[in-house]
Amino acid sequence: MTESNYDEIMKLLCDRLSDLTNADVLITPETNLINQLSIDSIKLLNLIMEIEDAFDISIPINALTDVQTVRELANLVHKIKTTSS
Amino acid sequence: MNLLEKLDAAAAARKALLPNGVGAFGIPIEEIFSATEARIGDRRVLLMGTNNYLGLTFSPECIRAAHEAIDKEGTGTTGSRMANGSYFGHRALEKEFADFYQCSSGIVFTTGYQANLGTISGLVGPGDTVLIDGDSHASIFDGCILSGANIIRFKHNDMADMEKRLRRLGDNIETTLIIAEGIYSMLGDQAPLADIVQLKNKYGGILLLDEAHSLGVLGKTGQGLVETTGLLNEVDFITGTFSKSLCSIGGFCVSNHPQLEQLRYVSHPYIFTASPSPATIASTRAALELLQKGSHLRDKLWSNCRQLYSQLQEVGYQLGPDPGPVIAAVVATPQQALLLWKQLLEHNIYVNLILPPAAPEGKSLVRCSVNAAHTTEEIRYVGDTFAKLYGAISTQT
Ligand SMILES: Cc1ncc(COP(=O)(O)O)c(C=O)c1O
Repeated sequence: MTESNYDEIMKLLCDRLSDLTNADVLITPETNLINQLSIDSIKLLNLIMEIEDAFDISIPINALTDVQTVRELANLVHKIKTTSS
Repeated sequence: MNLLEKLDAAAAARKALLPNGVGAFGIPIEEIFSATEARIGDRRVLLMGTNNYLGLTFSPECIRAAHEAIDKEGTGTTGSRMANGSYFGHRALEKEFADFYQCSSGIVFTTGYQANLGTISGLVGPGDTVLIDGDSHASIFDGCILSGANIIRFKHNDMADMEKRLRRLGDNIETTLIIAEGIYSMLGDQAPLADIVQLKNKYGGILLLDEAHSLGVLGKTGQGLVETTGLLNEVDFITGTFSKSLCSIGGFCVSNHPQLEQLRYVSHPYIFTASPSPATIASTRAALELLQKGSHLRDKLWSNCRQLYSQLQEVGYQLGPDPGPVIAAVVATPQQALLLWKQLLEHNIYVNLILPPAAPEGKSLVRCSVNAAHTTEEIRYVGDTFAKLYGAISTQT
């Protein structure tokens, strides 16, 4: 588990989320994906697919039920990435 | 929001989507006349939205078998297969399914839904993986949820996406179950089984195929997609239902893996439910015999399918990629779908209306199911009516 890896994940997530949402919403690790960013489920699924390709992983859909914030998503991606490589 | 308020919110969302949609779902059938006709309200309608693919719901052989079973064995078994619910008929039907698929074992479940729930949750558990098609039927998805396994979906029938996901599994492939369907119920298209098998052989994993809609419909003897592709021996587990071409209710799983038998001791959807009634088992056994001998029914079914598919395609309707017993017109909005559905009913034709989120990718579908008992004239009438309504539907916003 390397820090740079985690930071890389967090940066990619924040960049992609700010592209997807209103420019004046500040995205932090604590931002709630659904409540605060009001991303619809299709956009979220597309984002997940992009992340999967970027890190060459598959995110099980059942794991996403526990994800609310940007940090939780980053943690999940990091966990899958480190256990699969 | 309390529990009941949450339901109110869901009901309000449903009504907002379809303010005039009352009655479209769960329509009351007042009388059923035959495999193709019923009364809805005071209309005698042509049934174009059932899963009665071989048209056997009123077959004299099946009805006689059911009557005899009721007289001899009573109305219900009042118990689980694990306890007092394994009669001679249940065991005989299991053997007949196993023989039909040239497999060593077969298990009968109380519904097709439970066949998937019970097989999947018996095969995989927490820490294992299921790799499923994005358009999988709810019974497959719910089986995966019940199992506690990690659920990974590939894009519907997209082999590049499937391969990518198989590769990413790494060593987890050892504990991965891959699931596909013979014919997908929404658009009626078939799984690219040869490609799926090739990928399975390259990467590994265990393959389960649900032949719910393809049993009786595909293949010379009606085994399903495994028969038309000649890949019976490459599929590890086959599930299916009695509720479509076999015209009763129940489900099955067959396999050459002796481990299938262990499911009887671990699978809750098999154990904690009563076994199918004697009449159900008896009519299913009779129907399975008719199904195997029913190549004339399949010929008629397919000629009906091709006739309707080509007529709707010529008119301009957007359809699924393969002609087959499930023929779905994809329309742009839920309102267009409702209008088409209502107009068809005005013309005494009953079809299925499928709206988001039930249909894939936010689509709205008006879905016909063709069967072997429809006459050429009935199919032509349905095609002509769809043609007549095309203009009004495509300009409706
Ligand atoms: C693909 C598929 N699998 C399983 C089932 C469940 O079958 P049953 O109606 O016997 O519960 C269905 C029926 O809707 C189905 O379409």
